[in-house]
Amino acid sequence: MSGITRRKLIWTGLAATAGAAGLTAADRIARRYGLIPPDHGGIYGPGETLTYAAQRLLTRHSLAREFPRSMISKAPFANETAPPSEEFKRYEAAGFADWRLTVDGMVAHPLSLSVADLHSMPYRSQITEVVCEEGWSYIAEWIGTPLHEVLREAAILPQARYVVYFSIQQGVWESIDMADALHPQTYVTWGMNDGDLPVKFGGPLRLRVPRQLGYKSLKYITRLTATDSMKHFGKGLGSASPEAGYAWYAGI
Amino acid sequence: MRVTHWLTVLAFSALLITGGEIVISHPRFYWGETGNVNMKPLFSLPIPASRDMVPTGYKFVMPDENGWSRYLHFEAAWVLVLTALVYGIWGFWTGHFGRNLTPRRGQRSWQAYREQIARHLRRAPLNAHEARSYNVLQRTAYLAVIFVLFPLVIWTGLALSPSFDSAVPEAVNWLGGRQSARTLHFFVSWALVLFLVVHVTMVALAGFWGRMRAMITGRAAETEVQP
Repeated sequence: MSGITRRKLIWTGLAATAGAAGLTAADRIARRYGLIPPDHGGIYGPGETLTYAAQRLLTRHSLAREFPRSMISKAPFANETAPPSEEFKRYEAAGFADWRLTVDGMVAHPLSLSVADLHSMPYRSQITEVVCEEGWSYIAEWIGTPLHEVLREAAILPQARYVVYFSIQQGVWESIDMADALHPQTYVTWGMNDGDLPVKFGGPLRLRVPRQLGYKSLKYITRLTATDSMKHFGKGLGSASPEAGYAWYAGI
Repeated sequence: MRVTHWLTVLAFSALLITGGEIVISHPRFYWGETGNVNMKPLFSLPIPASRDMVPTGYKFVMPDENGWSRYLHFEAAWVLVLTALVYGIWGFWTGHFGRNLTPRRGQRSWQAYREQIARHLRRAPLNAHEARSYNVLQRTAYLAVIFVLFPLVIWTGLALSPSFDSAVPEAVNWLGGRQSARTLHFFVSWALVLFLVVHVTMVALAGFWGRMRAMITGRAAETEVQP
């Protein structure tokens, strides 16, 4: 009897040790490769961490689907966000000539770019789908300066792990990891379907992140900040979305 | 391994509630790649939406609960997928699928199905052998749920992830586009609900508490076996 108990005890002990060691190792590897999202706490944390880690391992370099010109939506839907403020209307009246995108944080050369400055940088276009978490979608051509070009110009430091971006609207901000920030399809977008980006769709500047849901493609951006930690931004959950109950990572 | 059944019940309930919640934010369905309120839907549900921009014909806007619903939907999906992996490996390893779920040689005919349906309609009492083993209708239904409906609902769900689609574009392209995938996800979920309703009804007719005891403890009371 006591033999069985002892043997059982030893096996249980070994299994528990192996389990704990496995978890510790998994945690270390996950941290090392950036597989833990800023909103990993709480009851939904395990699911969120699994989703983010699995998708990062699977999709680090993959490209969002692009479509032929014939599939561009005839009637794209502009999800109206908050009505433009007086400040915004003044910028709009001046044709956004004074609009500035500042780039700061962990960069060697902070920048303050006008829309014209961005036009003079290398730019690209993509025909991709905007997908809303509610279920609807549309396809448009997006023209802009790839974010990695802007970050290169600002000489982003190697220890940066996130790029935080802010809308002109108070309290509206998001962040993405470097896999998305340096991704070739992530643009500071200023054009749509061969014209300027309309205000309804986020003009003058919208950060387009086509591998994630629409709410990560923030409209009216005025500031980019590179950082190695999300701790000191808002409640430290990564963006305003988790503070409102929505996941920080929106690749699903 | 009965634990996997109850984990599935738990995960599926959470998925169903949160899935319904997410649908309310845009209760319109489309076919093809794109779809939004500026486009004609394939069909729409006659319910108020939780977003004011969806023209539902109601003046009432439901509260937005998508945040936690989406978090829980994906967490429950992980529970379901991991449980399914354990169950699938166990099922093949022990021969459970081949022995207990594949219709037996003598059962693989329309006649066998017709007979079993007739027995059900007559509510014929079970013989001792039947009470211990699944009949051909059960076997077919269980196999369809395990190997067709659950894989389909997971596939159509994954196809809705723009990031997953960037790595595996076939996941969504083979379904005819993103909105088709969403519509299929909706219908496959209904098929699973239909199974659930029939399944629970059958359990109730077979004696709810007796079956419950069997499914929790693994022991069927002897009195049940003799009708």
